Amino acid sequence: MIEIQSLYKAFGAVKAVNGVSFTASDGQITGLLGPNGAGKTTTLRMLYTLMKPDAGAIRVDGLDVATDPSGVRRRLGVLPDARGLYKRLTARENIEYFGRLQGMDEASLQRRTDGLIEALNLDEIAARRTEGFSNGQRVKTAIARALVHDPRNVILDEPTNGLDVMSTRTLREFMRQLRAEGRCVVFSSHIMQEVAALCDRIVVIAKGQVVANGTPDELRQQTGESNLEEAFIKVIGSEEGLLQ
Amino acid sequence: MSAWRVVCAKEILENLRDRRTMISVFVIGPLMGPVLFALLISLILSTQLEQAEKPLEVPVVGAEHAPQLIRHLKAVGVVVKDAPESPEEAVRKRDADVVLRIPEGFAESWREGESAKLELVLDSSQQKARASVTRLKSALQSYAELTASQRLLLRGVSPEVVRPLLIAEVDQSTPQSRAIMILSMLPYLLILTVFAGGSYLAIDTTAGERERQSLEPLLANPASRAELMSGKLVATTLFAWASLALSLVLFSLSSSIIPMDKLGMEIKLGVMECLKLFLIAAPLGIVGAAVMTIVAAFAKSFREAQTYMTFVILAPALPSMVMAINPLKPADWMYSVPLVSHQLLIEQTVRGEVTAWAQVALSVGVTVALGLVLAAVAARLYHRESLAISA
Repeated sequence: MIEIQSLYKAFGAVKAVNGVSFTASDGQITGLLGPNGAGKTTTLRMLYTLMKPDAGAIRVDGLDVATDPSGVRRRLGVLPDARGLYKRLTARENIEYFGRLQGMDEASLQRRTDGLIEALNLDEIAARRTEGFSNGQRVKTAIARALVHDPRNVILDEPTNGLDVMSTRTLREFMRQLRAEGRCVVFSSHIMQEVAALCDRIVVIAKGQVVANGTPDELRQQTGESNLEEAFIKVIGSEEGLLQ
Repeated sequence: MSAWRVVCAKEILENLRDRRTMISVFVIGPLMGPVLFALLISLILSTQLEQAEKPLEVPVVGAEHAPQLIRHLKAVGVVVKDAPESPEEAVRKRDADVVLRIPEGFAESWREGESAKLELVLDSSQQKARASVTRLKSALQSYAELTASQRLLLRGVSPEVVRPLLIAEVDQSTPQSRAIMILSMLPYLLILTVFAGGSYLAIDTTAGERERQSLEPLLANPASRAELMSGKLVATTLFAWASLALSLVLFSLSSSIIPMDKLGMEIKLGVMECLKLFLIAAPLGIVGAAVMTIVAAFAKSFREAQTYMTFVILAPALPSMVMAINPLKPADWMYSVPLVSHQLLIEQTVRGEVTAWAQVALSVGVTVALGLVLAAVAARLYHRESLAISA
């Protein structure tokens, strides 16, 4: 469970995040939807403690990021915007490296790595060095790496960016599976259709602020539009993010 | 396993798989010093030996004017050769080191008992010819002294009257101390190896990690940034040490191949000396790793970091260069200054002097402390927000 309250972050004169609040519950997929530059990535970066908020509070499973950042990171599985792999290591070694950094013991590390390799269809490439991987193979390896320690909360920043149809399908299936396992899944996207297809809850962000927050049905009701697409355009005031 | 060891093990594994790193750390780095060293010494050896042993060949113009002088020169081992057409040109073109010219009026002046004039055609800027000139001058001088003594004896005067001073040189240089000029290069080469050995990892583990966009996911792990940083620093230091150790082995091998004793020099680079040298130089590996990590932290890309690194690697050479040209008299305070102390201690060890363990301890202590302070600075830098964000 992730709770974010009145989050602010400015870079010089630019107010990247300007009062964002929302809650993401366990067993649900929460989508952060908004055009590029809306403040989604900055919000998530503060959530996984890469940046410090100027003001506001974030709690993960009740732990405060300000007082226990390392405890928070232990409870999070993060696929950041930057998702570089170590290309001289194999996919499996990449995954194991992060597992060891999470302090896992070897037995559960091996068990968990095997499970993720199977769930994400990585069998064929697990023993290969990641240099020369396709975009889809890279993202899947990076997700396995992020989830190796079996975190209760999963944060995925634009996970489907640049993926082909097959990889996107695998990924969506995987996210539904994470929800079924009772995890709290937060993912960001600028693609409305994707959010609509997956999310139990949608948080629409524009210009650093939450402009709408609710289930897809609530969003339709709030805007008085029967069509989610129209509802989205209405709340953010632009058509950006629809043309995919 | 604690986080820093996980990071360290991964950095080592990853870099052992990188051919560029391997070549720079284990081939070029360690080889550069010993090869340069061996080449320079053989060059010095061959020119010095050549000059000392080869017969002195002197073209003489107007040999017919002083047959007795020529006989004397031949008697002391000078090979008298026919004069070239233009002695000046021969010297300028370096066909001859020096040409002796005996003017026509020589015999006349000699008979009259006046100072007879001889001319040496030479080029004083020619380093290589200097030995020949000196040898010819002393051969001529001995003839002049012999003649002067004979003339005085004829007049019933003791030759000592005109020789109020007798200067005897008591040379204090030992075979080892004559090698100082060559040896003063060795500390620099070792220090260079330590810095160069770590440079690749310093860049790869920081600027490289940022460029490959893997720093952000790494920082999402629960391990603290200081812990991650220490793992990287330890890996960098270990590679620097590996490079240093390999270089010392090669130095030791090359010094046993070169016939140093021919020059009356002796360089001691046995197992004990190598271990001492490693102990003295190793703390610099920590300093180098920390400095280079700090520098790489400011670079936006691998390439930018490499540019800065060239300066960082060359900077430690400055004290060595100054001290090679202008050797300082060792004073106690110098052992508390990193680089200066390394220069002195490495030189003393190679020269076979008794190891001053107090000074070694001081140098190691100060350098390790400096390295740890710099490592703390590097770790602090990694807490800066802007540093974590991939471009």
